[in-house]
Amino acid sequence: MKTMHFQSVFVAAAATAGGPLEKQGPLGEKLDVGFDDLYCDEKTYEQAERRLMSEACRMALEKGRCSVDQLDLVLGSDLLNQLATSHYFARDLQVPFIGLYGACSASALIAANAAMWIDSGRADTVLGMTSSHNATAERQFRYPNEYGIQKPPTTTTTVTGAGAMIFQRQPTSIRLTQATLGRIVDWQFTDANDMGSAMAPAALDTICRHFEQTRTGFSDYDLIVTGDLSQVGRTMLIDLFEQKGMDPGGKLVDCGLLIYDPQHQPVFSGGSGCACSMVVTIAYLFDLLQRKALHKIMVVATGALLSPVLLQQKESIPCVAHAVVYEGTVGQP
Amino acid sequence: MKSQRLSEAARRSAPARGSWKKTLAAFVSGGTIGLIGQGLLELMQRVLGLDAQAAAGAMVMVIVFAAALLTGLGIYDKLAQICGAGLFIPISGFANSLTACAMEGRSEGPIYGIGSTMFKLAGSVLTYGIVAAYTLGIVRWAVSFL
Repeated sequence: MKTMHFQSVFVAAAATAGGPLEKQGPLGEKLDVGFDDLYCDEKTYEQAERRLMSEACRMALEKGRCSVDQLDLVLGSDLLNQLATSHYFARDLQVPFIGLYGACSASALIAANAAMWIDSGRADTVLGMTSSHNATAERQFRYPNEYGIQKPPTTTTTVTGAGAMIFQRQPTSIRLTQATLGRIVDWQFTDANDMGSAMAPAALDTICRHFEQTRTGFSDYDLIVTGDLSQVGRTMLIDLFEQKGMDPGGKLVDCGLLIYDPQHQPVFSGGSGCACSMVVTIAYLFDLLQRKALHKIMVVATGALLSPVLLQQKESIPCVAHAVVYEGTVGQP
Repeated sequence: MKSQRLSEAARRSAPARGSWKKTLAAFVSGGTIGLIGQGLLELMQRVLGLDAQAAAGAMVMVIVFAAALLTGLGIYDKLAQICGAGLFIPISGFANSLTACAMEGRSEGPIYGIGSTMFKLAGSVLTYGIVAAYTLGIVRWAVSFL
């Protein structure tokens, strides 16, 4: 599949919610809703994740002066089995709903899909939402939260948070112009404690395909932002680009390193999870696009599509990366 | 791209694991737990007047209780990140795995939650502990005929 070009897909509004570690992080003040406790005033961690998603959507609708009735379609994604957070939250919306699973690549997958619906004219207003929660992901993919096992420095920290974006055809200050969907890249890597290294080749594949198909390179973008490669994966990706004779020249940054302060927060190699790239895209990158500090960026959300059961059966980790290009529009507030 | 080239790139970007520091932390913390255990054993025998077998049981109970309490307070996993095998190998690690799983299962209720998930991680230790005990017991019994 070739890179898709969109003429008139705009981000009408977007909002984020985050947990305690995210609130204390470098983007803490930019979050629309921040909680001081992992339970987010709810009884269970699963309910807490749903609360984050609901707060992000509520704020996005409020900012876009949009009511739920105006939504033609809702696209949702999270990390839990059966997309539990998205489905249980969407039951209250009473709007046609599609759940998409792409692990941590969800933010770009959702945005690309929303753009296709808007661009095709089949929907006028689409809400895209993703969430992840450190405690729910930890118990599903790794170990119980209080289990005393020593984590290696390559481990990433699942972001507790959620983000929601509303897409429309009416011009605003942020336009979604292109999307390149990723293909599954599996290089027989099996260490679930090092997702950055697992996903870096997938990011390389998608970025290179996007460059080829759009005849662009690093110099055509202000920033190329990977989803959650973290310190380890970003270093590996730069290494892989250099091997191909391409120089990212400081333009390659990672959401997992922007959402936290890895020097001062206990996050190991950086942040990960569906909310990681979504929250950073909305709270940080959209803000810079609106302030005209950036003009054209590519968000490459990366996902490790592992199954804990299949990993125990000695299978490897399939990975994917989806790319979307956002541009600031001239003349729009 | 070939897997080998990717493996080499992954190796180059991997952070240093600082193994000697972790080994030292594990040695010191594991030794400290042993020291505390021995201290409790002496205390129970000399001050409380328990016999050796009862004192050993009581000592284990104290260590297990302390580990469970620290797990419940959210301290144990932070200590374990520093101490590694020093806290993982002694019986405190076993107590932590039971408590952590029980806490995790709380949201699903006492039967399908706490009761069934409690042994999710400790189950292997119990299963193979019992299997090993039986196997060695049979070997010992067979050897006694020689």
